Amino acid sequence: MFQIRIHGRGGQGVVTAAEILSVAAFDEGRHAQAFPSFGSERTGAPVVSFCRFDDREIRTHEPVMEPDAVIIQDVTLIHQVDLFSGLSSDGYVLINTSNGFSDLGFGDFFDHYCPERLMTCPATEIALEHLGRPLPNAALLGGFAALTGELTWDAIDKAVREHFSGPVGERNAIAAKAAFDYVDSKIKETARASTN
Amino acid sequence: MTSQRVHFYQVGSFAVGNRLLNEEERTIQAQADRTNSIDSGHRACQGCGEALGARYALDAAMRATNGQVVAVNATGCLEVFSTPYPETSWRIPWLHSLFGNAPAVATGVAAALRAKGKKDVRVVAQAGDGGTVDIGFGCLSGMFERNDDVLFICYDNEGYMNTGVQRSGATPPAARTATTEAVGPEPGNVFGQGKDVPRIAMAHDIPYVATATVADLHDLERKVERAMEFHGARYLHVLVPCPLGWGSPSSETIHIARLAQESGLFPVFEAEYGVVTSVSHIRRPVPVEEYLSRQRRFNHLFGANPRPDIVAHLQAMADENIARYGLIAPEMEHSS
Amino acid sequence: MLRQIEGSKAIAETVALCRPEVVCAYPISPQTHIIEAVGAMVKEGTLAPCEFINVESEFAAMSVAIGASATGARAYTATASQGLLFMMEAVYNAAGLGLPIVMTLANRAIGAPINIWNDHSDAMAVRDSGWIQLFAESNQEASDLHVQAFRLAEELSVPVMVCVDGFILTHAVEGVDLLDQSFVDAFLPPYEPRQMLDTEAPVSIGAMVGPEAFEEVRYLAHLRQLDALERIPAIASEFFEATGRESGGLVRPYRTDDADTVIVAMGSVLGTLKDAVDARRDLGERVGVLGVTSFRPFPSEAVRDALASARQVVVIEKAFSIGAGGVLSNDIAIAIHHEQTLLRTVVAGLGGRAITRRSLEKVLEEASRDELATLTFLDLDRDAVDRERARMQATRRSGPSAENLLRDRATVAPKVRA
Repeated sequence: MFQIRIHGRGGQGVVTAAEILSVAAFDEGRHAQAFPSFGSERTGAPVVSFCRFDDREIRTHEPVMEPDAVIIQDVTLIHQVDLFSGLSSDGYVLINTSNGFSDLGFGDFFDHYCPERLMTCPATEIALEHLGRPLPNAALLGGFAALTGELTWDAIDKAVREHFSGPVGERNAIAAKAAFDYVDSKIKETARASTN
Repeated sequence: MTSQRVHFYQVGSFAVGNRLLNEEERTIQAQADRTNSIDSGHRACQGCGEALGARYALDAAMRATNGQVVAVNATGCLEVFSTPYPETSWRIPWLHSLFGNAPAVATGVAAALRAKGKKDVRVVAQAGDGGTVDIGFGCLSGMFERNDDVLFICYDNEGYMNTGVQRSGATPPAARTATTEAVGPEPGNVFGQGKDVPRIAMAHDIPYVATATVADLHDLERKVERAMEFHGARYLHVLVPCPLGWGSPSSETIHIARLAQESGLFPVFEAEYGVVTSVSHIRRPVPVEEYLSRQRRFNHLFGANPRPDIVAHLQAMADENIARYGLIAPEMEHSS
Repeated sequence: MLRQIEGSKAIAETVALCRPEVVCAYPISPQTHIIEAVGAMVKEGTLAPCEFINVESEFAAMSVAIGASATGARAYTATASQGLLFMMEAVYNAAGLGLPIVMTLANRAIGAPINIWNDHSDAMAVRDSGWIQLFAESNQEASDLHVQAFRLAEELSVPVMVCVDGFILTHAVEGVDLLDQSFVDAFLPPYEPRQMLDTEAPVSIGAMVGPEAFEEVRYLAHLRQLDALERIPAIASEFFEATGRESGGLVRPYRTDDADTVIVAMGSVLGTLKDAVDARRDLGERVGVLGVTSFRPFPSEAVRDALASARQVVVIEKAFSIGAGGVLSNDIAIAIHHEQTLLRTVVAGLGGRAITRRSLEKVLEEASRDELATLTFLDLDRDAVDRERARMQATRRSGPSAENLLRDRATVAPKVRA
């Protein structure tokens, strides 16, 4: 089972992101589940959503306590909300920011994590460029696919287009691809750097 | 309704009975083939205004629809005295659900009939003032607001009679009820409260709103038939004196209803889409005292410790109604 | 057809396949997505002939359903929590009149304090009303149960509510194999009422019944629910034959045959429980799970049979009777004549507090050592409670407890506690 937890604020499409991930996994023939941690609708409030997928039937309905990957859609949540609770030391982290991971003030928190699995991605900037709106969720899904390799780009692309439909779907898919490429090239860069 | 010249010497009084009219002008109740929607054998009190009103209203609805009426009834006197287990006096399909939901249940019946394509079957919902003005009010407003195809008839006896004469939102000021006793400095129901549901109904801009009393049964029948010409939400508010609750002789129910109308305390009118279209003019205006003094629920205003101030206040209310609706016919106003 | 779909949407589409003729509902979290979806289908004409009524309150919703059902139309509504309570008079009325209305109850806690999250207190509040109450374990079952519900309701002339954990199931996007119209049409024949408002054959419905006959009327209603004890498994069995899916039925045992300890629960927690039980089984423990699907009528015999060889029974429940204790536990206790069996109640998930696999495994751990108290409140913050009690002792006017506790916990953002 692969479990993802997405943190963001109301209005940023956190719930939609989890749903699209689950559809992508479903399209790849896996069992998938997505749900938000619920609250009254309120723009700006911290929101968490969950997604898990597995080759076996998923029976549990508990929140994701031990994520394999954490996606942070809003960097202002850092130091405010316990974002990394339960994340294993070989877990993935993808943060929406134009800063580098080491610039985010985590100190030694991530010392025992795999550095190639800790990634930032300027998803909001990418979204502004391709969508004209600061909605980073689709872009981050592209970044997630590149970072973890758990879902193929094709599955993400299809799920994004299915969810948003029409020209909006097209633009979201482009944003997702841009983020995918960004993360993908960062990973390759890091790999090249480490072999040098 | 057309008018017909009648020679008063035939009767020797102002009373012009059905029998003097041409057959086509007589009430539905006078017909041998009336449907008897609510049939004899029910357990209403002697002189019950509601039983009278319901009989006229339902048979009129039946004639207007060729016998295609489904009735929904709220809890109350009418429901209780018409269905003493294991008997029923209803000859039409009839449903009683709860006290406060008659309008909503009627909405459901109308929706089902529509879904089933039964376009000719019409729905009449009925309740007392309690089930209309108070506990049924939310559902009533909802039904009005959606313009559901229901004729809602309120039989207003100005109190919760079936449970022992308690005050409702329709109880007039100064009236004695079990929860507004005739004691203290302000005996009976207080002034400054109460709901004018016909006006509230009009404010919903529904197709048809009318008031009527059991004193003019032709008028009541005509208004039901008129209501059935419309589709959508319609409201009929009928004043039905309650001999028990009002403390009036059971033989005077109709007379007292007439006095209510002729004093101006109960305006009788019709409205369509929020605009008054006709009023029943007061031929012989009577001072409110003549109406009030016949009912023991207003006894405390007279007798040993009279309250002419309260009577005057009630008179002022009647006068206001007369002004608002133009209840005195113009030609009457000119004659002394 | 298998689709990755939100639970609410799956329910809505399945209800639409059942061809309801009147749908009336008032919005309340977490049921909104269900009625919005049905409403859209009616508005665009894909569900027809159907009247969708936007009512002004839940009381009106059930009342409209009553009027519609009495007129011979298949009627459906949905609600939760406060809404259920607001329509309570009508809920009892519908059962008393024997109207086969089907309602989705998106289980949610009842206030005060106001709480929009899942627990079973709403369903428990109407357990004596005469409605059949079926609890769905998953969105697949939630969807399937609605078809069975209409069939059951109309056969017996008893209203049925399908209980679906609010948010946890209603708002979860999962794979659901949706039925198709031809299947539902074959499984669910058109509604043939026992009584109907019909100008061709007028009847009076809703008479007052006095002491001379009331007991008999109530007893007949009881017998009809007992009839359901046979019909529920029969319908579920027929469903299984046709689809290969185990949906519905009275109880669902999982690894109970040789179990020393059996956990009993209802609804979505069963999925998490099964994972927890599998983990314990891997450690060699003989534990099992018993899901109760039909809560009313309560399947005493089926429960007794399933728990016959268990030495210990632990009931996980999402509701409790304040001042008394467990609710489901009581029914279980009576069913199993628990003198010989150790019966433990664990109240969990109240007001939507997450029931984690870890907490459940801890419960199983304690159960295995016979260390479970008779009544436990899972993951209770004892310190917070004690502080509030001390506050109440110290000052008469100590303020509203709920607000004091919230301030205590300084809850700012939804924290997921590991």
